[in-house]
Amino acid sequence: MAEIVRLQNINKIYGDKIRTQVLFDINLSFEEGTFNSIIGASGSGKSTLLNILGTLDQPTTGDILIRGVRTSDMKRKQIARFRNETIGFIFQFHYLLPEFTALENVLMPTRIQNGKVTDAEKARAKELLDVVGLSGVMNNLSVNMSGGQQQRAAIARALMNRPPIILADEPTGNLDSVSTESIYKLLRQVNRETGTTFIVITHDSRIAEKADRIVEIKDGRIGLDLKN
Amino acid sequence: MRLACSIAIRFLKSGKGQTILIALGIAIGVSVQIFIGLLITGLQQSLIDKTIGRSPQITVTAKEDGKTIPDAGALAAKIQGYGDEIVAAEPASDGSAFLSFSDKTDPILFRGMDLAASDQILRIGEGIYEGRLPNADDEILVGKDLAEKLALSSGDTVKIAIPYGTEKEYKVSGLYDLKVASINSSWIIGTLSATQAFFDYGSGVTSIGIKVKTPFEADNTATKLSSYIGDGNLTFTDWKTQNEQLLSGLNGQSISSIMIQVFVLVSVVLGIASVLAITVMQKSKQVGILKAMGITDRISSLVFLFQGLFLGLLGAVLGVLLGVGLCVMFVTFARNPDGTALIAISVDYGFIALSAGIAVLAAIVASLIPARKSSQLNPIEVIRNG
Repeated sequence: MAEIVRLQNINKIYGDKIRTQVLFDINLSFEEGTFNSIIGASGSGKSTLLNILGTLDQPTTGDILIRGVRTSDMKRKQIARFRNETIGFIFQFHYLLPEFTALENVLMPTRIQNGKVTDAEKARAKELLDVVGLSGVMNNLSVNMSGGQQQRAAIARALMNRPPIILADEPTGNLDSVSTESIYKLLRQVNRETGTTFIVITHDSRIAEKADRIVEIKDGRIGLDLKN
Repeated sequence: MRLACSIAIRFLKSGKGQTILIALGIAIGVSVQIFIGLLITGLQQSLIDKTIGRSPQITVTAKEDGKTIPDAGALAAKIQGYGDEIVAAEPASDGSAFLSFSDKTDPILFRGMDLAASDQILRIGEGIYEGRLPNADDEILVGKDLAEKLALSSGDTVKIAIPYGTEKEYKVSGLYDLKVASINSSWIIGTLSATQAFFDYGSGVTSIGIKVKTPFEADNTATKLSSYIGDGNLTFTDWKTQNEQLLSGLNGQSISSIMIQVFVLVSVVLGIASVLAITVMQKSKQVGILKAMGITDRISSLVFLFQGLFLGLLGAVLGVLLGVGLCVMFVTFARNPDGTALIAISVDYGFIALSAGIAVLAAIVASLIPARKSSQLNPIEVIRNG
């Protein structure tokens, strides 16, 4: 299978006076259409790694190649566009826009891309909300939804622009076990049906075990790299 | 653009209380500006009206003392021909004399004018409250103050005399009140030919009064008119040179009014800027999410510029309503004992539009700082700090 993301010699150091190195010479690549999980203790640097993967954070040294394109060569505007089209994020704390309804939140990536929303895209957003089981609350403001509902809306939003890569940082981190199971099933289903590459940080060993590949980050280095 | 606009509207709507508060802040600034601006303009207008409203803004006299201007009709016509700037040119002949009625005598200014042809400067016709304009050479008008002092009424016959000179009887055809005590107590108005005959001026006049379209240009107009007429025997005097003190007073007033307006503006700008800066902090999470989703720095800053624009527009509309309302209230409630408005405020649409425009512009300028902040915001700061 083709390689979709490659990290080359990634180092990340925080702070100028007191320097804290979080990532040490990471070399890692992921293949297209796979479902990968990243595990590790808190503070191990896995979230930093994911943010660097998603172009939200910049490495101190090293290169990120996404589909062969070096992201450090891109200007801020290009990166914004690239992020919009290539990467879908699912964060631990949902991060829906509280001023907008569930449907509007799901449509936001499309509006950012095209400036407007076509009927076909609206239908797709509704369909995605249906898939995540939110068709009943799609016109609710996101603040009027439960945590599980918000997380599922965030998943629908991440899928909206059909990005080839989805990065998820503990998507089920603060959900109960029933919701966790259903959200995991949903992600896996999307992965199988659309061939989207998933890179998921998780604390939940049950989810990690079901992934195609498990990467463990330990003290800023790759500890384990298992393929199921 | 449309996305930034709709996000801005949504942000403003989600914080209704805050939005209304900022808009009210702008509105009060705008209304104070409109109210003070219109009030000062109205005040100056009425002051000028009261001071020079009934006197010519340029006066043409003979250069030599005691001489008269011959052939005034032709000269007045020539002055009128100077252009649109000249509203009226009215010859007048006057002189000092004494008026006696029953056993009292008072010093007066006996002024003759062609009332039937033109009465645009003194507007004596408007001031008549008893009787009518004189229409024969032996008829005169007497001012209210003098009439009360001498217990005169229209129809009475008075005597006007120059010491050791002419003495003649006149019939009072009417009484006038121009609300100016110095005129009311000493000016006796007659026909032009009556004074010409009384003072023995022949066909000459003592002055030609000119009313111009723009009183504040009177000094320049006087100079130009003087060279246009090109008669070395004539002197052109304008009201500005004669009223320097009044003018410097008005000038000071204008400057202080502008100062007040500038400071109001500055405080409005600072207010909006600080509140919008706080809004960026409040919305930094949202801006971060939007940036993670791929919104560009330009659009994220436009969101705040649009917020500034909308707040400015809302504030300006409210401010105009409030400011005009204040003016209406002032005109309605601040009144003289006789029921007329204390200061006549005229609605200057240009000035109101300017104030509103400045407020909108100020709001946009004030939103530049938050817009910059929003543009510089790095999504990772939000994502990392949860």
